[in-house]
Amino acid sequence: MSDISRADVEHLAKLAHISMTEHELEKMAGELAVIVDSVKTVADAVSSAAVSGDVPATSHPLPLTNVFREDVVGEVFTAEQSLSNAPDAEDGRFKVPAILDEESEQGPALRGPAAGEGSER
Amino acid sequence: MIDVADNAELIRLTAAEMAAKLRAGEITSVELTQAHLDRIEAVDGGEKGLNAYIHVSGEEALATAAEVDAIRSAGGAEAEALHPLAGVPIAVKDLIVTTGQPTTAGSKMLEGWMSPYDATVVEKIRTAKLPILGKTNLDEFAMGSSTEHSAYGVTRNPWNIERIPGGSGGGSAAAVAAFEAPLALGTDTGGSIRQPGAVTGTVGTKPTYGSVSRYGAIAMASSLDQIGPVARTTEDAALLHELIAGHDPKDSTSLPDEVPAFGEASRNQSVEGLRIGVIRQLQGEGYQSGVLARFQESLDALKAAGAEIVEVDCTSFEYALGAYYLIMPSEASSNLARFDGVRYGTRVTPEEGPLTIERVMGATRAAGFGEEVKRRIILGTYALSAGYYDAYYGSAQKVRTLIQRDFDAAFETADVLISPTSPVVAFPLGEKLDDPLAMYLNDVATIPANLAGIPGISVPGGLAADESGAELPVGIQFLAPAREDARVYQAAGALEKLLNDGSQPLWAQIPELESQEA
Repeated sequence: MSDISRADVEHLAKLAHISMTEHELEKMAGELAVIVDSVKTVADAVSSAAVSGDVPATSHPLPLTNVFREDVVGEVFTAEQSLSNAPDAEDGRFKVPAILDEESEQGPALRGPAAGEGSER
Repeated sequence: MIDVADNAELIRLTAAEMAAKLRAGEITSVELTQAHLDRIEAVDGGEKGLNAYIHVSGEEALATAAEVDAIRSAGGAEAEALHPLAGVPIAVKDLIVTTGQPTTAGSKMLEGWMSPYDATVVEKIRTAKLPILGKTNLDEFAMGSSTEHSAYGVTRNPWNIERIPGGSGGGSAAAVAAFEAPLALGTDTGGSIRQPGAVTGTVGTKPTYGSVSRYGAIAMASSLDQIGPVARTTEDAALLHELIAGHDPKDSTSLPDEVPAFGEASRNQSVEGLRIGVIRQLQGEGYQSGVLARFQESLDALKAAGAEIVEVDCTSFEYALGAYYLIMPSEASSNLARFDGVRYGTRVTPEEGPLTIERVMGATRAAGFGEEVKRRIILGTYALSAGYYDAYYGSAQKVRTLIQRDFDAAFETADVLISPTSPVVAFPLGEKLDDPLAMYLNDVATIPANLAGIPGISVPGGLAADESGAELPVGIQFLAPAREDARVYQAAGALEKLLNDGSQPLWAQIPELESQEA
């Protein structure tokens, strides 16, 4: 059985930006171990003698490379169209919560839900 | 005025027959479209309804239909110029973006999202004036083989409503099988058009990679994804394929090729002298005996009709499933990074703690993605992470080369290859939901074509009983070399004709559904 711990999944979930509960981490670790065990045959096959010589990798099924087009302006979205589905926007721009961690040290009381809304304060 | 009995007949025509009647002025597109909307109303909703559609767009469909009828009744050059399929309604898998109708990808992440643009295939359908009935259900972001992983409820198989309709395109397949649409669009990354086709007794094609534009198909695994047609007959699938194929400057992976006459190929129906290769690795263990029996009958019929049956070995197929479940999650984990709660889609704010973008993103993706999507993102993140990349993703890409070589060798002795599409008939809802690996095995026969980029089709091969004795449809798959999609239509059309000889086509034998209308 592959050795995938709860801590491994926690790290992967952090990399993938998915918050997970303890229960989810435990469950996922178990499932992942089974799946990885089964797909590991691939690595074994390639490193085994059955596949002799250097096999090139295929990243893409078509022999197409470097598809270019003329550098002309095509159809473009207006700022309005681009922002039409945004969860939050202001002054023609996407609006996001605080990006820097240090701000978070001020605690939620200072900014609260206002960070996701207008700037009434 | 057309009454209910006529409507029942109308929706049971093939798309080609509908098109012919429209052109001859025997029916109008409004009548035809309304008949389908009535059918959807009758069988799609309610607790035991099929739930093939996530969204139905009656108003828009009827407006397009009325437009076609007006052009046709006015006659002249504009009527002459109408596309042969103009006025024949169609359903679109909800992974393909549409203006004016929501696109959800079967995910809560995109609930309420409206695309600001049409997918190229949708644009082609609109230009050809096929009324779009609505958007069909799917496993979330096309990840699954049963349509049970949809945030909008499961789709039921019209052959037996306690069974899965296949996936991820179970909605498109069920809609077409249950006469809720004569045609539909699907996407196929590892079998999502062909396997639902097999288990619902319908026809589905995965075209050559790059032969149909993917602009506007929400990406799962970009080196594998392909849009294709879903229909009840090979000819209908071929005609829709012709309509959606062709080079698209908006898709840099689109092939700069002319579109062959697929409809004509499907009507050729001759296998005289055609070399059909049986893939030794895609039968035997794991395949239900009923599935193998129907497969053997198909081979016998083809042989009797003059085909030359040869055996081919594709030894590296043993590793295809493993390679697929490394490549697909890796690419998916990267593609789905775009759902960050900033530019579009859902944004979820954590209930407590500081409001940083990182924590908002984590909460958004936790709430917006379902279990299977998270599983694949985590698996992909694992396979791509430092220290594992070469062993996993790198090895999988090498296996991909080996599989292509196997196909190259096989196509030296055979013109087309044949196998069962799915190792099993439709299984009961819920049966494999808690066993991801068992679910993944459904794709064992369809995945090699995606890894190699070659075309494949699934056509009905009759009914077979599973262990419980339930009689359900079996699919037969044909594969051809890249850019030779016409060959799969020729072979599939021939098998369809042979199996239909003296009996009703399988799709016409589907049991009556109970009306869900209150």
